[in-house]
Amino acid sequence: MTFVLCGVVSVSHYLVVGAILFTCGVVCMALKRNALGVLMGIELVLNGANINFVAFGSEYLAGDGKSVLGLDGEVMALFVILLAAAEAAVALAITLNFYNNHATVDVDRADDLHG
Amino acid sequence: MNHETFGLSTNLFAFLDWHDFFFLLFAGVACVAAVMVVLSDNVVRMALHLVLSLGATAGLFFLAGAEFVGAMQLMIYVGGTLVLLVFGVMLTAQTQLVALRTPAGDRVIAGILAAALLAVLVQAAFSIESWQKPGQGVATAPTATPLGMALVGVRVDQVAEENLVRPKSGYLLPFEIVSVHLLVVLVGAAYLARAKRRRIPRSVDLVASADSTKPRLPVTASSTLVAGGPK
Repeated sequence: MTFVLCGVVSVSHYLVVGAILFTCGVVCMALKRNALGVLMGIELVLNGANINFVAFGSEYLAGDGKSVLGLDGEVMALFVILLAAAEAAVALAITLNFYNNHATVDVDRADDLHG
Repeated sequence: MNHETFGLSTNLFAFLDWHDFFFLLFAGVACVAAVMVVLSDNVVRMALHLVLSLGATAGLFFLAGAEFVGAMQLMIYVGGTLVLLVFGVMLTAQTQLVALRTPAGDRVIAGILAAALLAVLVQAAFSIESWQKPGQGVATAPTATPLGMALVGVRVDQVAEENLVRPKSGYLLPFEIVSVHLLVVLVGAAYLARAKRRRIPRSVDLVASADSTKPRLPVTASSTLVAGGPK
């Protein structure tokens, strides 16, 4: 019986959750006009990738008893979290600088380099 | 009657797999909150939904047996990065900037493209046979110690598994690179965001960002573009 509540959750289900978060993040990055909204889209994309790393690195979810990535998946997830924190700090500083200079956070108004 | 329902409920609980139950719970919260981040125009609500989505993701990490990564997700992402984002929202919260609307045509195109991308990704997720086998449910040891040893350069998990005489090198160099990178980034962020002389906001900017439904290029600007630029 393939009812979803009786022990059928596998790596694929985690990958689907990661895919949904990734897609939402890409749409958020492309669609939002607020620079902070674009930042939130980036966070969603990185989290979707992180779910994939953890799912592939998990011994608990491995159907063959041996996970694909092992401990490497979790180390990569930690690096992604750290780099996302660094990226958020710099991007927020740039956004605040832009707001100081232009009094807006609308990314469509950031066309000073437009030839 | 009462006895019947009681027996049914105990059967139901015996039938239920709690890993699957909590997976559905956390996955549902994460996905619905992520969709709400996309759909809401108010930036404060977007931040709130993002907190929900990232917190549910941390729950998924705990479920998958990566408890250290889940704890770091809660502390760094939900506790640090989101606080940073909320500060950004507060510092730039003017009434006309809180809800910048996207044109409806862009939303439709983005929805179609997102559906296509999601279809490809889901198809890829179910394309490999061994990924679909449910987990054996082996109880895993806590991963904090092997993670810490891997970050200082020793892979204790591979020594135990494969009886290697010399274990594979760990992540000492990437760890150092990431730490120096984090330091440089934070110094740079502090330099960029330092207090400067604030320019008086031009009234043109305020008006232009207030009515967002207006097309970006007026007719005169596009005609000068066609004619080869303003010069």
